[in-house]
Amino acid sequence: MNYRIIFYIVGWVFNLQAIFMVLPCLTAVIYGETDLGAFLVSIVICLAVGLPLTNKKPQNKVFYIKDGCIAVALSWIVLSITGAIPFILSGAIPHPIDAIFETVSGFTTTGSSILTDVEILPKSVLFWRSFTHWIGGMGVLVFLLSLLPLAGGYHMNLMRAESPGPSVSKLVPKVQSTAKILYTIYLGMTVLQIILLLLGGVPVFDSLCITFGSAGTGGFGIKNDSMASYSTYCQVVTTVFIILFGVNFSAYYLILTKKFKQAFKLEEVRYYFGIILASVILIAVNTRHMFSGFAEAFQQSAFQVGSIITTTGYSSTDFNQWPALSKTILVLLMFVGACAGSTGGGIKVSRVVLLCKAARKEFQLYLHPNAVKKLKMDNKAVSHETLRSTNIFLSVYLLIFCGSILIVSLDNFDLVTNFTAVAATLNNIGPGLEVAGPMGNFSSFSYLSKSVMIFDMLAGRLEIFPLLLLFFKDTWKKF
Amino acid sequence: MHIIIVGCGKVGRTLAEQLQEEEIDLTLIDTVEKTINDVTEDIDAMGIVGNGASINTLMEAGISTADILIAVTASDELNLLCCLIAQKTGSCQTIARVRNPIYSQEIGFIKEKLGISMIINPEYAAAQEISRLLRFPAAIKIDPFSRGKVELLKFKVLPEFHLDGMSISRITEKFRCDILFCAVENKDALTIPGGDYIIHDGDFVSIIATPQNTALFFKKIGFRTNQVKNALIIGGGTISYYLAKTLIDTRIHVKIIEKDPNRCEFLSDLLPDATIINGDGTDRALLLEEGLETAESFVTLTNFDEENIFLSLFAKKSSNAKVVAKVNRLPYTDVIDDLDLGSVIYPKYITSDSILRYVRAMQNTIGSNVETLYHILDSQAEALEFAVHDHSPVTGVPLSELKLKKNLLICCLTRNGSVRIPRGHDTVEVGDHVIVATTHKGLRNICDILEK
Repeated sequence: MNYRIIFYIVGWVFNLQAIFMVLPCLTAVIYGETDLGAFLVSIVICLAVGLPLTNKKPQNKVFYIKDGCIAVALSWIVLSITGAIPFILSGAIPHPIDAIFETVSGFTTTGSSILTDVEILPKSVLFWRSFTHWIGGMGVLVFLLSLLPLAGGYHMNLMRAESPGPSVSKLVPKVQSTAKILYTIYLGMTVLQIILLLLGGVPVFDSLCITFGSAGTGGFGIKNDSMASYSTYCQVVTTVFIILFGVNFSAYYLILTKKFKQAFKLEEVRYYFGIILASVILIAVNTRHMFSGFAEAFQQSAFQVGSIITTTGYSSTDFNQWPALSKTILVLLMFVGACAGSTGGGIKVSRVVLLCKAARKEFQLYLHPNAVKKLKMDNKAVSHETLRSTNIFLSVYLLIFCGSILIVSLDNFDLVTNFTAVAATLNNIGPGLEVAGPMGNFSSFSYLSKSVMIFDMLAGRLEIFPLLLLFFKDTWKKF
Repeated sequence: MHIIIVGCGKVGRTLAEQLQEEEIDLTLIDTVEKTINDVTEDIDAMGIVGNGASINTLMEAGISTADILIAVTASDELNLLCCLIAQKTGSCQTIARVRNPIYSQEIGFIKEKLGISMIINPEYAAAQEISRLLRFPAAIKIDPFSRGKVELLKFKVLPEFHLDGMSISRITEKFRCDILFCAVENKDALTIPGGDYIIHDGDFVSIIATPQNTALFFKKIGFRTNQVKNALIIGGGTISYYLAKTLIDTRIHVKIIEKDPNRCEFLSDLLPDATIINGDGTDRALLLEEGLETAESFVTLTNFDEENIFLSLFAKKSSNAKVVAKVNRLPYTDVIDDLDLGSVIYPKYITSDSILRYVRAMQNTIGSNVETLYHILDSQAEALEFAVHDHSPVTGVPLSELKLKKNLLICCLTRNGSVRIPRGHDTVEVGDHVIVATTHKGLRNICDILEK
């Protein structure tokens, strides 16, 4: 284990966190709020740890996949803890576990909140909450990679550990350029959404926060009823953008480089839109009677489906009141999640497609036991290794899911609440059903359950293994 | 700059490792997925699994925007095909590795008619390097600059030279030779030495000078420098063939020991003046019978690094021959350097050096370009030759006033064909060839030698 370089990277995360916090400081200054102090103290704390760690560039730059995973996992823990400091200091969320829950929920782009009333919070705190989504969406280490030139090919290991999806591919030969392109696309789409929202008459502060929430597919609202009180225009714009942020970013790169054919041929993206379309129509038909017309039903259903499948977690209506079929579809979508290489969470469409294809292949093996058949994705054979890791991912995922439900059930809520609360946190969605539903929140869970959910959110965002590696005894052995 | 490398064997990988340190976008193509995965683990490059001669694969690798395509797969024909297709689909320069001796005589035709920018033949290049060493056995390594007018030459400081404890400026003063010490390696590190650097026995010293001056210097310190009269070569591969051919041309008697009788017949057909022995080159009795003890040079060119190293050690012990060993595997150079084998030849480095030279030359910006490039020790330091075509901040200023980078030495100036070891008052002028030794990587034009 190359501790020097791990500490160096973690040190940079401290520094970046300090830089990120400058923005809520500005907000506090603009609105003349007293929480400026809380953020300034947090910045000082971050720099006090970060600067000494990044003072000297490590000589030994050899960086294996295990170092990458550990660095990523530690970075995210650092982000979560340092990000919670302003919440505690400003008195917005006094209890540390609550504050960390809220921060983790922000950085992992979950959007589950333990706050019962967000409207009384100072603007700077609200801004920080939403901004953590934006940082967490594309990933802080990807951001770091785009800035920091680490020599050698080793930093691919960092990107691999942080980026969602079964296999990570680079857009261009250099990792640094790839990271830059990703952030440019991300920033461009963010700015576009902000402009469109502003054009619709949404106040500047609101459009910033809404956009951060949708870009990172996070879902922290700045209103108690999430998005319900905004205009239809605003909801439609948000729907379109959340769905777009759930698309594999390599599709955008292909479009930018004018390879339209290849972009529209991406199998995962096609399935993604197919699933969305089918779900929207089914739910719209199912909930037609609850709205004034089919158009409204369609719009509301599109918003909810987009919000859930991309694991954003905004809500424009209380879908807890919807018929069972619609609710079930939403819960199933929670598990599917967005595309790999997007900002969304969940199991990822590509994995689901891969598993379905593998199942189909299994059937064929019953018919022709000696058949040799290669699984294909985007017309390319999927290696056995990818398939194996997908299978293992799903099993470990289910194990964590079951374990978490078991612990959360100690709180004595009903099964639906427990099930959806864990699903909502592990898949980085936000709201579940019943107590944890769109109009409810997570404040009534015990601190034990909250800690479990903090773990689930981090595990979900980092795709389980990098985080679990921290708890694996052999990781820390010298030999 | 975008470079595509087809084939990720040892050469492809070494090239990629060296190219990634420069500002280059690399795309690697190989047919084996595992190879690609392994390479992209260590190297910041895009990996593509596929056949490099397929248009689709090349398109995916971005051939339309690529500047250079380098084909270094195991097959000559595939390499040539890759280059041909790449030229038809894109507008890039192409470099192919072609090593079959049959094609080697037709290289001029291939380059011209097929439009391939550069053909590399590692075996031929390795044979050339070995033959240089045998003509000047005192050196461990000889790299020619300016078409052989200047040489970078490495030798080991032995006690009988009585150089131990002398500073470099004293040595040059005492022997009055126009030579320049450009690098000293000892156990700890490689240094680009200044005048007050103290030389010790056992150091490996690289000097730059004209061949005449080198010979003079060696004569003065009492080092045998005569060309060897005979050579015992173990292994009858392609390098052996090229080497034997070159040596016979310079009237060195050649004896080749090869295991495979068919190969022996083939060699004896092509090399009527050489003695071809059919037998196991690792057989001690056979080696002694064939006169290892009286051989003046002993070259091990089998396909097994272990055998080559082992045989070289044996030859060192039982004879006074100049020993040259071929080593294919690169990652263990540090161990091999400790063994005191005499000269070690790394054909992979020779190949990647010459390609790197070409790539750097293509990147030249301010009217000067890299003509020659050599690695001094396991790619820790480089010696480069620049051709100065234009005025720049470097030209016209006395060297002592230039703010040079640390660990960088201007070793040699060639002007109108005359070679001089530069002193502080000399200036670099347009039209000069400048040789620089440095531990900095990625120097592309002459201005890079200045401190930024």
